[in-house]
Amino acid sequence: MSERNLGEVILAVHNISLSFGIMKVLDNISFDIRRGEIRSIIGPNGAGKSSMLNVINGFYHPQQGSITFKGETRKQMAPHRAASHGIARTFQNIALFKGMSTLDNIMTGRNLKMKTNLFWQALHIGPARAEELENREAAEKVIDFLDIQAIRKKPVGKLPYGLQKRVELGRALAAEPDLLLLDEPMAGMNSEEKEDMCRFIIDVNSEFGTTIALIEHDMSVVMDLSDRVLVLDYGKQLADGEPDEVRANQTVIDAYLGVPHE
Amino acid sequence: MFYRETGQFKANYQDDQALFPIDQDRYVIFAVLFITFAVVPMLLNQYWLNAILLPFLIYSLAALGLNILTGYCGQLSLGTGGFMAVGAFSVYKLMVAFPELGFIPLVLISGFITAAVGTLFGLPSLRIKGFYLAVATLAAQFFLIWLFNKVGWFFNYNATGMITSPPMTLFGVIVTGPEANPVAKYYLVAGFVAVFALVAKNIARGRIGRNWMAIRDMDIAAELIGVRPLIAKLSAFAVSSFYIGMAGALYFAVWLGSAEPTEAFDINQSFLVLFMIIIGGLGSVLGSFLGAAFLVIMPITLKNILVDGFGTNSALAAHIEIIIVGILIIGFLIVEPHGLARLWRIAKEKLRLWPFPY
Amino acid sequence: MLFFIEVALSGLMAGVMYSLVALGFVLIFKASGIFNFAQGVMALFAALTLVGLMEKFGMPAWLAIIGTIAVMIALAWLIERVMLRHLVNQEPIILFMATIGLAYVLEGMGDIMWGSDVKVLDIGIPQGAWDWLWDQGIYIEKLEMFAAVTAAILVVFLAIFFQKTRIGRALRAVADDHQAALSVGISLHTIWVVVWSVSGIVALVAGIMWGSKSGVQFSLSLIALKALPVLILGGFTSVPGAIIGGMIIGVGEKLAEVYFGPMVGGAIENWFAYMLALAFLLFRPQGLFGEKIIERV
Repeated sequence: MSERNLGEVILAVHNISLSFGIMKVLDNISFDIRRGEIRSIIGPNGAGKSSMLNVINGFYHPQQGSITFKGETRKQMAPHRAASHGIARTFQNIALFKGMSTLDNIMTGRNLKMKTNLFWQALHIGPARAEELENREAAEKVIDFLDIQAIRKKPVGKLPYGLQKRVELGRALAAEPDLLLLDEPMAGMNSEEKEDMCRFIIDVNSEFGTTIALIEHDMSVVMDLSDRVLVLDYGKQLADGEPDEVRANQTVIDAYLGVPHE
Repeated sequence: MFYRETGQFKANYQDDQALFPIDQDRYVIFAVLFITFAVVPMLLNQYWLNAILLPFLIYSLAALGLNILTGYCGQLSLGTGGFMAVGAFSVYKLMVAFPELGFIPLVLISGFITAAVGTLFGLPSLRIKGFYLAVATLAAQFFLIWLFNKVGWFFNYNATGMITSPPMTLFGVIVTGPEANPVAKYYLVAGFVAVFALVAKNIARGRIGRNWMAIRDMDIAAELIGVRPLIAKLSAFAVSSFYIGMAGALYFAVWLGSAEPTEAFDINQSFLVLFMIIIGGLGSVLGSFLGAAFLVIMPITLKNILVDGFGTNSALAAHIEIIIVGILIIGFLIVEPHGLARLWRIAKEKLRLWPFPY
Repeated sequence: MLFFIEVALSGLMAGVMYSLVALGFVLIFKASGIFNFAQGVMALFAALTLVGLMEKFGMPAWLAIIGTIAVMIALAWLIERVMLRHLVNQEPIILFMATIGLAYVLEGMGDIMWGSDVKVLDIGIPQGAWDWLWDQGIYIEKLEMFAAVTAAILVVFLAIFFQKTRIGRALRAVADDHQAALSVGISLHTIWVVVWSVSGIVALVAGIMWGSKSGVQFSLSLIALKALPVLILGGFTSVPGAIIGGMIIGVGEKLAEVYFGPMVGGAIENWFAYMLALAFLLFRPQGLFGEKIIERV
C-alpha cells in the first residue's frame, strides 16, 4: 500500500464534538484524509460512525470543532454546499428516490451539473435539450461502469436490495465527486455481491482517482481495501493508522476486533 | 399484438427520451389531438360545452397545477380554491383596467400574479411538512376568500360583491361574457390546456421535475445530493400556482361569466381538485386529465340516472351523489391508490402482451 | 376591563368546544396515525342521530344517548371492517384522503337518514346566563360552563384510560409501532374499533355541546377544520395539548375579532385561527406538547 500515489490532505476533521441533548455522539474526533486514499471508519454499532459522515456532509452540525475541505475551513456546512463542493455519499438505509426509475435516480445525481432555467426546460428545446442529452450520456457511462443497463427503466422500489445499493452508488458517482462517503455499502450482501462492490470501489478509486471514506463491518474487506483505518467507540477515537497497526492495537482488540478462537 | 414494441429500436438517447417513444402511443396522441381540435367543434352544442367540455378542460388545467405541487413535489395543498380566486380576480381587474392588452396576455399575467402569491404562501413549506403544511395552505384559502369578500377594491365596489366578466375579443370573436361564441371559447380553452399540458410534461421530465420528485420521495437525501429545498419547493409552488391561477381566470371569465368568491372558490373547490389528482393519479399528467374527466362527468351522469331515470328529487339526488363520491374515493384509495393513471399503465402492460396472458 | 374578561372567558369556553373535537382527532391519531378529517362530521352525525332518536322515536334523553353510543360503536366497527382494514400500511396522505371520503359519506347519510334542516337539541342542559357571574357584570352561559366541566371530566377519564388500563397500554403500543404491537399479540383490528368508538363517543359529547348551543346543522362539520389549528398548537398526539390548544385558539379568535375585527370589516374569525397556527408552526413545528422528530439518515 505504500507505493500508492496519495496526494495532499483533502479533508481534515479538527476536534469535532457532537451531542444530541445530553447524549454525546462524537467526542473530540480529529483525523484527515488524503487525496486518492481509501479510508475506513470502523467500530461497534452506535460508535458514531454514521454521525461522523453526517457531520462531514453538513447534515448534522457539530457543537465544537471544524472541518477543512479542499483548503477551506468551516464550522458547519449546509448539505447542498457540501454536495456542490464535491462530496457525495451513500446511506446505511438506502436513500433512493423510490418513485423514480434507476436512470432518473442517477440523473438526479447529475443535477448540480445542470443549469438551464425553467423557461427552456418548459419548451424542452435548445439548451435544455442539449444539456439533458449531455448528462444522459454521463449517466449512461455510470450505468455501464456498474453494469446495471438491464434495470435502467425499472422503478427502484421494485429492485432487490443488492441492486438498490448499486444504484445508490451510481447516483453518488454520477456527481463526479472528489470525496465519496460510503456508509456500509456491503451491508446485507452475500459474498458474491460483496466482491462486486469491492471491485467497484477499487475501480472508482483507481480509474477516477476519487477519494473514498468507507464505513464497514466486514474486517477482511476493511483490511484489504484501506490505506488507513480510523476506529471509533462510543464517540471516542480509539486508533488511527494503517490496517496492520490498527489490527494489532490492544484497545481496538478489546473494544471491537477480539482475538481469533483457538 | 397491436401494441408490440418489437422492431422499434432507438438508435440514440434523443429518441429514447422522446415524449412518446412507442409508435402506437404517438398515433393515439395524434388521434386525440385531431378529435379535440377538428372533430369535436363540429359536434358541439351549448349544453355539452358548458356542462362538460369547458369544466373538464379548465379543471384539467387546475388539476395539472395541483399535481405539480402535490403529486410531483409532495407538498400537500388545500388552497387551490383560494388561488383560483386570485387568478379570477386578477384577470377581472386587468380586463377592466387594460382591455387593450388582449385576453390571452391578461390570462398569462394573472397566472404570474397567482404564481407570486403562491410563492409567498409557499414560504412556510421550508419549515413545515406534510399535514402541517396543509394547515398553512388552509390559512391561505380562508384568508384569500375573506380578502376578496371584504376588500371592495377587488370587486370594484359593486354592491353584490360579485364580479362579472366584460366581453373580450380574440381575433375579432367574443370569447368572454354571456355573448361569447361557444366554438371560440372551446378553441381558446382547449388550446391553453394543450399547450400547458405539454409544458408540464416537459418540465416534469427534466431536471426541475426530477428535483421535485426527489424532494417528494426523500427530501433529506435530495438535499444531500445538492438539490436546494428552497428553490425546489418554491418553484413547485410558483409553477403550480401559475397553472391554478390561469385555470381560475378561465373558470371565471370564459366558463362562468360571473362569480362570487365564497361560492365559486371555497374550500370545496380545493377538495374537488385534490380528489381529481388522487383519483386520476398523483405525479401524472395523464392522471390530471383522467381525474378531472371522472369528477366532472360522474356527478352529471349520476344526476341524470337518478333524477331523470328514477325520478328521485334533486335534493335527495344531491345527497346520494355526495355519498357516492365519498364511497368512490375510499374505494379508489383501497383498490388503486395510485389512481386511474396507474390502472391505465397496467392496462397498457397487458395490452403489450395481448393476446398472451403474461 | 370587565368587557375584556368577558370576551376572554367567552373565548375560553368556545375554545373548550374546539378542544372536544380536537380530542377525538388526537385519540385516533395516537392509536393509528390516521388524521381523521371526518371527526367534525362524526360529531354532526352523532348529534343528528341523537335528535333523530328523540324526535322520531320519542325516546327520553338518557335512552337516546345510549342508543346513539351504540350507533357510534357500530359505525366504528363498520369503518374498521370496510375501510381501515384495507388501508393498513398506506401512506398518511392516502389515509387522510380516505377520511375525507368518509366525511362525505357520513354527511350524505346523515342528511338522508335524519333530514338536513336545522334541529334543536335539548337534553336538559341548563341554559341561560350564569347567575353568579352575571351579578358581577360578566355574561357567561351556563351551557358553556357545563361543557367545560364535561371536557375536564372527559380528559381525566381518558388520561386514566390510557395510563392505567390494559387496553390503554395496548393503544399506546399500537400508536408507537403497528408491527411490534402485532408481534406481541395485540389485535390491531380490535384496537382500532375501540379507538374509533371512543372517538365516536367524544364526537357525540362535542356534538351535544355544540348542538345545544347553536342547533344541529351542517356548519357543525366545518368545526373540524377549525380543530386543525388547535391540533397544530397543541401537538397532534397530546390530550392536554388539545385542551390547551383549543383554549388558546378560542381566546385568540375572540379577542382578535372584538379588538381588531372592526378595523378591517369583521369576520376575522374565518382565518385568524389558521394564521395563528401558521405563525406558531414557523417557530415550533411540533406544537406545544408534540414530540420533536429527530430525523435519521
